Amino acid sequence: MDFNFQDPFTSIGELLRGLLLGWGLAPGLVSLILMLLGALVLAGFAMTLAGVFLTWLDRKLAARIQDRLGPNRVGPFGIFQPIADAIKLITKEDIIPEGAERAIFKLAPMLAVMSAVGIWAVVPFAPRLIGTDLNVGVLYIVAVGAIGTLSIMMGGMASNNKYAMLGAFRTVAQMVAYEIPMVIALLVPTMLAGTMGVGGIVEAQRGGWFIVLAPVATLLFFVSAMAEAGRAPFDLLEAESEIVAGYNVEYSGMKFGMFYVAEFLHGVTIAALTATLFLGGWLGPGAQQFPLLGLVYFAIKTAFVYLVISLIRFSMPRIRIDHLLAFNWKLLTPLALAAVIVTAIADKLAPALGWNRAVVHLTANILLAWATFEALRAYARGIRQRVEVQPAAVETGGAD
Amino acid sequence: MPTDFLPIAVLIALATVLAFLVVLIGHLFGPRRPTATKLEPYESGMRPYGPGQRRMPVHFYLVAMLFILFDVEIVFLLPWAVVLRQLRLFALIEMVVFIAVLLVGFVYAWKKGALEWE
Repeated sequence: MDFNFQDPFTSIGELLRGLLLGWGLAPGLVSLILMLLGALVLAGFAMTLAGVFLTWLDRKLAARIQDRLGPNRVGPFGIFQPIADAIKLITKEDIIPEGAERAIFKLAPMLAVMSAVGIWAVVPFAPRLIGTDLNVGVLYIVAVGAIGTLSIMMGGMASNNKYAMLGAFRTVAQMVAYEIPMVIALLVPTMLAGTMGVGGIVEAQRGGWFIVLAPVATLLFFVSAMAEAGRAPFDLLEAESEIVAGYNVEYSGMKFGMFYVAEFLHGVTIAALTATLFLGGWLGPGAQQFPLLGLVYFAIKTAFVYLVISLIRFSMPRIRIDHLLAFNWKLLTPLALAAVIVTAIADKLAPALGWNRAVVHLTANILLAWATFEALRAYARGIRQRVEVQPAAVETGGAD
Repeated sequence: MPTDFLPIAVLIALATVLAFLVVLIGHLFGPRRPTATKLEPYESGMRPYGPGQRRMPVHFYLVAMLFILFDVEIVFLLPWAVVLRQLRLFALIEMVVFIAVLLVGFVYAWKKGALEWE
C-alpha cells in the first residue's frame, strides 16, 4: 500500500487495519480496536490541550490584562506550570466532607469530564476526520452538554455545604435557562443546512459561512454558550467573591482538577462549536485536497474564538443575577425565536423572489438587529423617565 | 443507525475511565489524615451552622418550569427545521402559529412576574 500524503489520517487508519487483519484478528474486532485508538488519541489530545496548554495561555493572558507577569518560573515562560500544578493536585489530600452524598460526590467530576470530552465525538476536525457523523449531531451536542450541567448540580448538592448549594441553585438560573436561546440559535444553522449532522452543516457552508447568513444567530449562540460554559461574565455559579467557589468549594485534589479540566475543555468546545457551525469549520482554500490543511484552518478558527472568549472573560465584571435572568428571558429567548422565524421566512422568500440567498438573509438579519436595538432603546428611555419621576421606585436593592 | 453510536460509546467510556484513573492516582498518592475539623463542611472558618441542605427558593422552580416549556417546544422545532426546505409554505405558517401559541404562555408568565427576581 502506498502512503497517501494528501490524506494521512485515512492512510494511517488503512495501514493499521491491514496490519491488524494480517495478524489474523476478526474484522469486527479490528474496527473496535481502531475506534478505541482513535478515541484514545482524541480524548488524550483534548485533555492535554485543555489541561496543559490552554490553562497556561489563559493565565498568561489574564496576567497581561491585569498588568502582572503570570506564571514565569517553571520552564521557559512558565510553560510547565500546569504540569507542576497537576503534580501538586495529585499529591493533595482527597477530602470528602462529612454528611456528603459520597457516591454522587465522587461521580460528579467524572461526569463533568465525560460530558466535555463527549461533545468532541461529533466535531469534524478535517474532511473525513470526524469521530462519527451522526445525523442528529446538533441534538447530540445539546444532550451531552446538558450532562455537564447535571454534573455541576450533582457536585453542588451532594457536598452538604451551603455555598456549594447556592452554586447548584444558580446553576438552574444560569446554565439551565441559557440552554434555551442556545438551542433555538442552533435551529438556524440546522435550517440553513437542512440537516442536523455536523459534517453536513460544515459542507453546507461552502457557499458562505453561516456567520454571514445569520449573524444574529451566531451572536446569540456565542453569548448563551458562554453562559452555558460558566465563563465570566457569566460565572455566577462559582463566583469567588460571593459564594467562595460555588459548586466545587468542597472538592480537593484531583477531583477538583477534573472539574477544572472539564470547565476549560467546555470553553474550548464552545469555541470549536462556534467555529464549526458558524465559521465554516475546516473549510478554506485547498482543504478538500489536503485534509491536514483543513485541520489547520479549524485550529486557527477555534483558537480565534477562544481568544475572544478569554478577552471577554477578563474585561467584563460579573453580571448580577436579576440582570442575568432578564437578559436571558426578556432579550435572548424572544430574539432567538424571532431569528428562527425570520430565517425561515427569508429562506422561503429568496427562491420565490429569485434573489441571492445570502443577500436576503443578511438584509433580514440586519433588519432584525435594528428592530432589537430600537426596542432596547425604547426600554432604556422608559427606565430613564421613571428614574426622573420617582427615584425611589427603581432598583429596590440587591438580588439573590 | 445504531453503529453510528458505537464510536461515541467508546469515546465516552474512555473519557470516564481516564477521569476515573486520574482521580484514582490522586487517591493513591495523596496523604490521608482525616480529622474531625478537617472533614467539616467549609463555612468561611466558622463552625457549620445548621444543615447544609436547604430548601430551594421558589424562583428557581419557576425558571425550571419555563425551561421545560421551551425545551419541549424545541424538540418539536428541530425536525421541522431539518425538513423546512422540502415542505411547502403551509409548514412555515403552521410553525409560526405554534410559536405564537407558546408566546401567549410566555407573555402570561412575563406579566405574572415569573421573570422578575425578588
